[in-house]
Amino acid sequence: MRVVIAEDLFLLRDGLTRMLQAHGLEITAAVDNGADLLAAVAEDQPDVAIVDVRLPPTFTDEGIRAALAARKTAPGLPVLVLSQYVEQLYARELLASGSGGIGYLLKDRVFDSAQFVDAVRRVAAGGTAMDPEVIARLLARNTGNASIGALSPREREVLALMAEGRSNAAIAQRLVITERAVAKHTASIFLKLDLQPSDDDNRRVLAVLAYLEG
Amino acid sequence: MTGETTPRASDTPGTEGTPGTEGTLGTEGTPGTEGTPGTEGTLGTEGVPAGETPRPIGTAGAGDVREFSWASLSDQARKGIAATGHGLAFLGLALPGLILSLLILALTLPGPGLVVYGLGQHHNAARDALALALPALCVSLFLASRLLLAIRPLAGLTRRLSGRWCGVPIADPYLPRPGADGRKAGLGRRLIWPLTDQATWRDLLWATVNGCVGWLLAVLPAGLLVLGVLGVIAPYAPGYARVLTVAAAVFGLWAAPLLLRGYGYLARSMLAPTRQAELALRVRHLAETRTEALDTGAAEIRRIERDLHDGAQARLVAMGMTLDAAGQIIDTNPEAARALLYEARDASVKALAELRALVRGIHPPVLADRGLADAIQALALDAPMRIHVASDLYGRPSAPIESAAYFAVSELLANVSKHAEARETWIDIRHTDGMLRIGVTDNGHGGADPARGSGLRGIERRLAAFDGVTAISSPPGGPTAVTMEIPCELSLPKTSSS
Repeated sequence: MRVVIAEDLFLLRDGLTRMLQAHGLEITAAVDNGADLLAAVAEDQPDVAIVDVRLPPTFTDEGIRAALAARKTAPGLPVLVLSQYVEQLYARELLASGSGGIGYLLKDRVFDSAQFVDAVRRVAAGGTAMDPEVIARLLARNTGNASIGALSPREREVLALMAEGRSNAAIAQRLVITERAVAKHTASIFLKLDLQPSDDDNRRVLAVLAYLEG
Repeated sequence: MTGETTPRASDTPGTEGTPGTEGTLGTEGTPGTEGTPGTEGTLGTEGVPAGETPRPIGTAGAGDVREFSWASLSDQARKGIAATGHGLAFLGLALPGLILSLLILALTLPGPGLVVYGLGQHHNAARDALALALPALCVSLFLASRLLLAIRPLAGLTRRLSGRWCGVPIADPYLPRPGADGRKAGLGRRLIWPLTDQATWRDLLWATVNGCVGWLLAVLPAGLLVLGVLGVIAPYAPGYARVLTVAAAVFGLWAAPLLLRGYGYLARSMLAPTRQAELALRVRHLAETRTEALDTGAAEIRRIERDLHDGAQARLVAMGMTLDAAGQIIDTNPEAARALLYEARDASVKALAELRALVRGIHPPVLADRGLADAIQALALDAPMRIHVASDLYGRPSAPIESAAYFAVSELLANVSKHAEARETWIDIRHTDGMLRIGVTDNGHGGADPARGSGLRGIERRLAAFDGVTAISSPPGGPTAVTMEIPCELSLPKTSSS
């Protein structure tokens, strides 16, 4: 799998490159600003771009803007945005930028390399990887919601993992239950929240997020 | 929910109300009737449209398309009668003012009079007169200074009533009393300080002028009305005289609101602060807010230092020790070493989370990235209730103002979710006439009192450092509307350089 990295801090850029290479991913370019990212995307046609939110010259939300621009020039380009903090505002903008192939994670998540690489692969395959903190805040905001209140604690766990973008198999592994059990939980969640069930992982995520955003 | 426009802010009672003086806004039941903000005249747009009351008293519907109807006629008559009554009330104020000013003149004259008399006499007589003059001067100075102070309540009442009845708000012009700032003042200063304040003498001027002629303006309509009544009931008056007097009475009724407004302007010409007094008050306000701003800044820095010391720093120390322990046993017990390494990793995640929370409290990243409107939108997304944000900012205020406004809104939202039991909140952000205005209105149960909660006071203080003012209207039963105004200019949005 071919990856482009945009990260302005040398240590992090280097660390990311080595970690992904160790997991057998190919790094076609590692750049330190938004303009170079767009050029690298156009030239290398990577399978996924990993972008830091803060990039020169303004060190504000350059990364988000570069990611959105990249997705405009190369439609459907999977992008994983990394940040020191997560904001629902940015999560929405990224999700609205096209269907699927989007990730938004805290930088802390690279500490668990296995899970991080899993997220990269998921995004590259057109899936979604939302940071648990975004989901936790969405859920916290909706605790007063009657239908969410109707969910059992287990179902709420499944809902959160689903919103992060995980497949049934991944959820089963994470919660140490069978896939059949997960399927049962998801069916019940969709019923209680009055959502259209769907086989497509990504559409499923979007439905859940749309519901949570109210 | 994004960018939903809300018609709400403008039709909620009280959101229009512009703040009063010194940023301490009343929670009076009738927000908005007081009119304009008057923080030392810096915000001083007199009679700004925003301050226009829903039922403008004393403006006689100027500018309206006048259509004849009984309703409008009776409305006019009601206003006229009200204005006539208010004029009579002003007469009631003028009388004690006149008495006081005459008393002051009578008391002050003997001292200087004796001096003048003494200077005109020969030896012994002059010595006697001057010996008497000195104590007489002292006594009259002392008495005059006390009596001059007695005018203040009258003048103050006139100022307030002028705002309420005449539509001409007048700010307080007085310098602070000696000792008001906590420092000790000398005896002499304490005795004669009223004499050194220009506003005192202008009060005296007002009391005299108003007592002699000013009141005529106020009671003219009442006089014409009496004339009209006399014309009708007088037994032997010729017909044309009856018609004339009734016409005069009708004219008086019609002109009463205008005359009352004129009276307000007359009062303002003498009772409003002079330029010098304005500057003196401004200096005082700046000194106060600067001290407060520095204090809050220092307290914030102490809090940050403490948070870092107890949080991230401590975790990093623990991490270092864990890593060291892992290094010690990595050859003998690789399994335990691995467990320690994971422990260190988890500690680093926790340290990062704490730093994130800290940064959010210092300067939220979205605020830095996107500015006020988006940062408030992000706040709204995190809040446990439904929040509608409407904004028409085309640029960005300066960073300190942005930050103050953001934290003020954040504090308000926290208040709303803690106390108001509101289901929905409307936030309206706009910039007009060099003024950033933020309205926060909730449909909770109201009854918010800035005198009790420290949160609202804190917001007032925070904004006062930028000459901002806060207006709160929170009748029991709701809704609660808070309007904040900060004078500032917007810079043009940064162009993307990517």
